[in-house]
Amino acid sequence: MSKPDLHTLGPLVALIALIVLGALLNPAFLAPGNITNVLARSAFIGLIAVGMTFVITAGGLDLSVGSMAAFLAGIAIIAMNAALPGMGENWGTILVGMGVAVLGGLVAGYLNGALITKARIEPFIVTLGTMGIFRSLVTWLADGGTLSLDYGLRTLYRPVYYGGIGWITWPIITFALVAFAGEWIMQHSRFGRHVEAIGSNDRVARYSAIDVNRIRLMTYMLLGLLVGVATVLYVPRLGSASGSTGVLWELEAIAAVIIGGTALKGGTGRVWGTVVGVLILSLIDNILNLADLVSPYLNGAIQGVIIVLAVILQREKRTAEER
Amino acid sequence: MVPGSNWANDDPALQDVSKSFGPIEVLHNVDLALEPGEVHALIGENGAGKSTIMKILGGFLDPTGGHVLLNGQPVAFGSGPEAEAAGIVVIHQEFNLAPDLSVAANMFLGREIGGWRLDHAAMRKQTAALLERLHSPIAPEARIRELSVPDRQMVEIGKALSRNARVLIMDEPSAVLTHREVGTLYEQIDRLRAEGVAILYCSHRLDEVAHLADRITVLRDGSVVRRAMRGELDEDSMAAAMVGRELQDFYPPKGQPSDESALEVSGLSIPGKVRDVGFTLRKGEVLGIAGLVGSGRTELAEGLVGLRAASGEIRVNGQPVAINNLRDAFASGLAYLTEDRKEAGLLLDKGLRENLTLATLERFGRFRLDTAAEDAALDKATGDFDIRAPRRDMVAGKLSGGNQQKLLLAKTMLPDPQIIIIDEPTRGIDVGTKSQIYAFIRNLSAEGRSVIVISSEMTEVIGLSDRVLVMREGRLAGQVEGDSMTEDNIVRLAMGVSGEAA
Repeated sequence: MSKPDLHTLGPLVALIALIVLGALLNPAFLAPGNITNVLARSAFIGLIAVGMTFVITAGGLDLSVGSMAAFLAGIAIIAMNAALPGMGENWGTILVGMGVAVLGGLVAGYLNGALITKARIEPFIVTLGTMGIFRSLVTWLADGGTLSLDYGLRTLYRPVYYGGIGWITWPIITFALVAFAGEWIMQHSRFGRHVEAIGSNDRVARYSAIDVNRIRLMTYMLLGLLVGVATVLYVPRLGSASGSTGVLWELEAIAAVIIGGTALKGGTGRVWGTVVGVLILSLIDNILNLADLVSPYLNGAIQGVIIVLAVILQREKRTAEER
Repeated sequence: MVPGSNWANDDPALQDVSKSFGPIEVLHNVDLALEPGEVHALIGENGAGKSTIMKILGGFLDPTGGHVLLNGQPVAFGSGPEAEAAGIVVIHQEFNLAPDLSVAANMFLGREIGGWRLDHAAMRKQTAALLERLHSPIAPEARIRELSVPDRQMVEIGKALSRNARVLIMDEPSAVLTHREVGTLYEQIDRLRAEGVAILYCSHRLDEVAHLADRITVLRDGSVVRRAMRGELDEDSMAAAMVGRELQDFYPPKGQPSDESALEVSGLSIPGKVRDVGFTLRKGEVLGIAGLVGSGRTELAEGLVGLRAASGEIRVNGQPVAINNLRDAFASGLAYLTEDRKEAGLLLDKGLRENLTLATLERFGRFRLDTAAEDAALDKATGDFDIRAPRRDMVAGKLSGGNQQKLLLAKTMLPDPQIIIIDEPTRGIDVGTKSQIYAFIRNLSAEGRSVIVISSEMTEVIGLSDRVLVMREGRLAGQVEGDSMTEDNIVRLAMGVSGEAA
């Protein structure tokens, strides 16, 4: 059953090739500092992309996650700054901020999911709408500028991004745990099986006593939760949020899912593939920055080519199956 | 040589055609000739090679041996469109129509009249003329989406005629039609025949083959096993030729329902679909539900199992139950096998195991799904229901129709229901598998379970059921049992003709 096919192997081979290429181009590439850097940066998109894998596998889509992350970072910072005078400069205050981000993520995910399943509006339309709403709200909250976390709290909060066990920082650990859990849920749980069934054919799922709307709603809430977690890890990195936080994260997350071999039309979810997809995207960025072979400004172009290539490979696989 | 045929005629013929896929030869030296103004029926079980022949004639496949002849000369069509250009048009079961375009736009799709600006008026006029020729009241401006299924089929036929088709290859054209609509199809076929069109007609319904065909070719395992002219074969001998043995006991003997009731329904209504239906189903009974398509049969079933919002009282074993969703139905011992196997029954792109256990996953592990137990369940189902899968890890969509239906039956039986509602048990499956499924259904009732069979095939309802309810326009029109269980009585009730049977 778990026999590897071109679908899962392709991205993995690409990832290994990138690692070899990076190591050849610049010895600094394999230095622990750089590895930590690449992995930690991958963690934000990675957490979101794992959630996105479930949404897409169930036949949905969420364009709002980048804006949602910015909005959640904004309200978390406001909450922490507001709690500071009463609660003082301690972890309690930071936990308030974390709670606001995570709960806010759940609520935002519920909002998307409820509009899609209860009001029966296309996921693309709903999340295009909420994408604009979240983005606009954070810009408004920041009054067009930047929302900054109190300096003292920022110092206290900093280790959540920069600290960890040795060179394995907390974002990397969190991402790894979520990826393992996500893979397990997709492969071995009833929820994962139901998600795949709904994406494959939601009518069959309904006729198989599956509560399609509930499962769909849960995928959006899971994604919202993971956006919240990503925000919790992201805020201590810069200690601020603005209207330009998390721009295009949604597209990077979707791209990672697609590169990883999850079909955009749903039905087959590959969380491992998504992890590989995220790493491929980050590595391209990193290698371009380290090596002066190609201008880093061409990063987007190269990523674009990779996405298109990944989809072409997927399609060739499919037509081969049809024969 | 095909007896009574003339190789020199203009219409296409297969001469000694073989076809292999890889090492496996699926057609062996088939001769088949179409004549203008003749309906040639091609019958055979699933996998007998009917669709391969259709694809070769329609230009979608090349033969590996022998020739396709046209005007007496061997030809090789590179593609479907090339065959169409030669006047051979295939009407597939799934229509090739753009649902959002008008009838006229579909008729001329790909060869629109006009230069830079399309000549809408001319296309409308020609479309109207074509539809007139078919005696069809469809408006050329109507969107395909707004048309009924038979009207869409009419548009397909019109489209074929507008391409000056001399040969029509029809794949199970009546499968999508209701009883009444089939009549209209017959009229159209008679009209086309009178105009000199050659028709190759593939069907599972032997009664319509007997009615329509001027010439019959029976295929079995890729070879022609019987050729006959109109009137030479009755339905029984057709079926016997297809399966290669006599089907003396096509329908299993009737059972002995107990007097205990398993399910009592009263005042069941579904807004706009079903009104005030009440009936009792006994233990060990096979209860047929007949009626025209659209009479509310499927809706009634879906209302009973919670797939549609319904009002009314349902009692199982005398106890009132509330069924708001399929899960409630399972809990009360009810299960429903859908008529729409491909769109509501099975995940065609998923494996057999995933399909089998989809509705009952909670039985296979609390948190981690127990794939070993699922595999064991698949083993058992494969044995119990004789599912013939070349490979265990194949996707359900690659199974033949009959094996898909057996898998769906296994899936439906997995919650161990006591009351099973089966909607169109044998739609689109071959004769051999049909009799197997009838035997399964009879077995269920012999085990003391109760079965409701909904079917559009009159002989099936009569042959299988102990008693038949007839629905018309959302209501129960009556019931027949014993000697009054005749096609005539059921049709009268279904159509609302007076002179009802007791």
